[in-house]
Amino acid sequence: MKLSVLAERRIIYLVLFVAVALPLLFPIGWKTEVSGYTQMVYDLVENTPENEVVIISFDYDPSTMTELQPMGEAMIEHAFKRKQKIIATALWPMGVQMAEQAFDKVLKDYHDKQRGVDYVNLGYKVGGMVTIQAMGRDLKEVFPTDTRNTPYEEIPLLMNVRRLKDIAWVSSLSSGVPGLKEWMMVARDSYNVPVTGGCTAVSAPGFFPYVNEQQQLTGLLGGLKAASEYESLIGRLGSATTKMDAQSIAHLLILIFIALGNIKVFAAKRRKNK
Amino acid sequence: MKRSLPLFFAFIVGFIVLLSEFIPHSPFNQIVSTLEGWFMIISGFAILLGQISLIRMNTHKIAHRLPNWQYHLAGLISFALMLSFGLLWGMRETPGILGDAPGIQAWLGLKPFDYLFDNAYLPLSATLFSLLAFFIASAAYRAFIIRGLESNLLMITAIIVIIGRTSIGTMFTGWLPENLQFWHFPNLADFIMEYPNTAAQRAILISAGLGIVGSSLRIILGIERSYLGGDK
Amino acid sequence: MISIMNTIGIWLAAFFTLCIFSFLYKDNPFYKFAEQVFVGLSAAYWLVYIIYSIMVPNLFAKLATDFSGNIILLIPAALGLMMLMRIHPKMQWISRYPIAIMVGTTAGISMLRYMKSDILQQLTATMINPFAADTPAEIAGNLLMIIGTICGVYFFYFSKKQEGVSKAVSKVGIWFLMVSFGATFGYTVMARISLLIGRLDFLLGDWLHLIK
Repeated sequence: MKLSVLAERRIIYLVLFVAVALPLLFPIGWKTEVSGYTQMVYDLVENTPENEVVIISFDYDPSTMTELQPMGEAMIEHAFKRKQKIIATALWPMGVQMAEQAFDKVLKDYHDKQRGVDYVNLGYKVGGMVTIQAMGRDLKEVFPTDTRNTPYEEIPLLMNVRRLKDIAWVSSLSSGVPGLKEWMMVARDSYNVPVTGGCTAVSAPGFFPYVNEQQQLTGLLGGLKAASEYESLIGRLGSATTKMDAQSIAHLLILIFIALGNIKVFAAKRRKNK
Repeated sequence: MKRSLPLFFAFIVGFIVLLSEFIPHSPFNQIVSTLEGWFMIISGFAILLGQISLIRMNTHKIAHRLPNWQYHLAGLISFALMLSFGLLWGMRETPGILGDAPGIQAWLGLKPFDYLFDNAYLPLSATLFSLLAFFIASAAYRAFIIRGLESNLLMITAIIVIIGRTSIGTMFTGWLPENLQFWHFPNLADFIMEYPNTAAQRAILISAGLGIVGSSLRIILGIERSYLGGDK
Repeated sequence: MISIMNTIGIWLAAFFTLCIFSFLYKDNPFYKFAEQVFVGLSAAYWLVYIIYSIMVPNLFAKLATDFSGNIILLIPAALGLMMLMRIHPKMQWISRYPIAIMVGTTAGISMLRYMKSDILQQLTATMINPFAADTPAEIAGNLLMIIGTICGVYFFYFSKKQEGVSKAVSKVGIWFLMVSFGATFGYTVMARISLLIGRLDFLLGDWLHLIK
């Protein structure tokens, strides 16, 4: 039975839909191993002393939140566990809302954390690399207030923080430009502040060269799998871990599609040769 | 004047930025610090320019009843609604012109801006990009065909990475003894990412970096003028 | 009342999700409607945040609280207004000044940052002793890294025709690039599938309550 191209495409879509939906409805509980890159990120946060101020920059929008939001929640929880103070910033406007949602979710288990004392959301600024460079000189000039319009000097957390060098580490969760690369170029290579972070799986291969002896990046969380690895390291059953079964089945399906496509082409070639 | 003066400004500004890297003292550091602050404000106006262009384009299509004008009207209405909510009552922690809208929050649960963001913008944005999963599955079936040595290399690497970055890879080769752990799919995938992938990506970074340095120099020296637009 | 509005919100989100998914069958009015609503909401979101995150705190609030002390901010404000002149065809030339300042600043900063991060640091990271490693796999990997980087960079040298030995070096570079593209394809598959999983998680969990 010869199917039209359109019919074939619709069957592929339907099969993929079912293959992804079933493991979500009936979880399998497969385990994943932690990679070295994720371990590096974990070790950076774990080995930073208490009361140090850190930056988590939410440089993404809702289109990539499935991969990056679990990373943000896990890093916030880990930093809270280690009693570090978090400054949330955003180089993408939607990042502000993503940061608020991540804090709302984690704070359900950390009622004692106070805004302004343990964490603060300084909001969004446009300008990418130029803005980060400005933050390197004077954080207050870039962020005169936080998202509640509280002046910089009235926020207890920021009392001893004037520029990037006062920060213990920076984590950028990014899905494009501006994002992790810009933070690395300015915060790490100019101001020597350790930079780590997460990115979508699409951009991960391009970031691996920066994880080197010079430690341009201290580890990297690349994609949903890395997010689930980080969750397992901090002992959290988060949204990334529950989705890994569906991810594995879908990957298997893609390989089957590739095999079927090649079989179809070779069979057609053989028929043609005969 | 209309072209030469802007080129001169680009040269002066670029030169001062370059100089401040080597002489990070007064007055260069203060000039660059001021420039960086101004950059943010001017960028804000640039984004405002984009919004104005979008509104003009949509109103033109609606006014002249061009094809699909009804959808552009829906877009304009959603723009006006979201803008009004944001300006009047602000978002999450930020108060608007009329304050924080406690009355509206009491029955909506959120500010109107955040309600629209969570229940309209967020699902639209996330779903639009999730369509790509279907397209990549379709492309894997139709276009990913073995042809020669190079496509074989691509295919084999892709298969190792696709299997190695999931739980299936752990299961397939988890039984291998200690001395053969290199062939364990997750370890193989990590090896590929850490060495050959890094080598190739590094080559791309170095080459692209040289290109960016060259084009930045061309812009500062006024050789590259395309950013100024047409000759009017 | 809040729970009713919450339920309405979830149904609204599900409606928009299904409108976008309907495109998989074929282009239709629901998809077109959802697409334009997305454009409108996105534009408004950006504008609101530009006003509240940049214009108000970094410009208007500073001028309002201490005008004489911040009078210099009138310059970027004026430059910003000059940028808006781009709308008028006859006044477009005025926008060249702020554009030139922005482009000049970006060019200066980019040149330095890319020179350090993407050229010097990457070259330094390649200049390693490949035999100073613990395992044979790491030694092999280090050698692959050095050979791959050199051959890859050579592939991008287009100023001279590549023939003979140079063609062989370039060929090796292409092989490394193919391995990288294969790895990138694998990661791209992972990324795209993740996005779909997120939406199905919402539809099956938050909307239909089928996921426990």
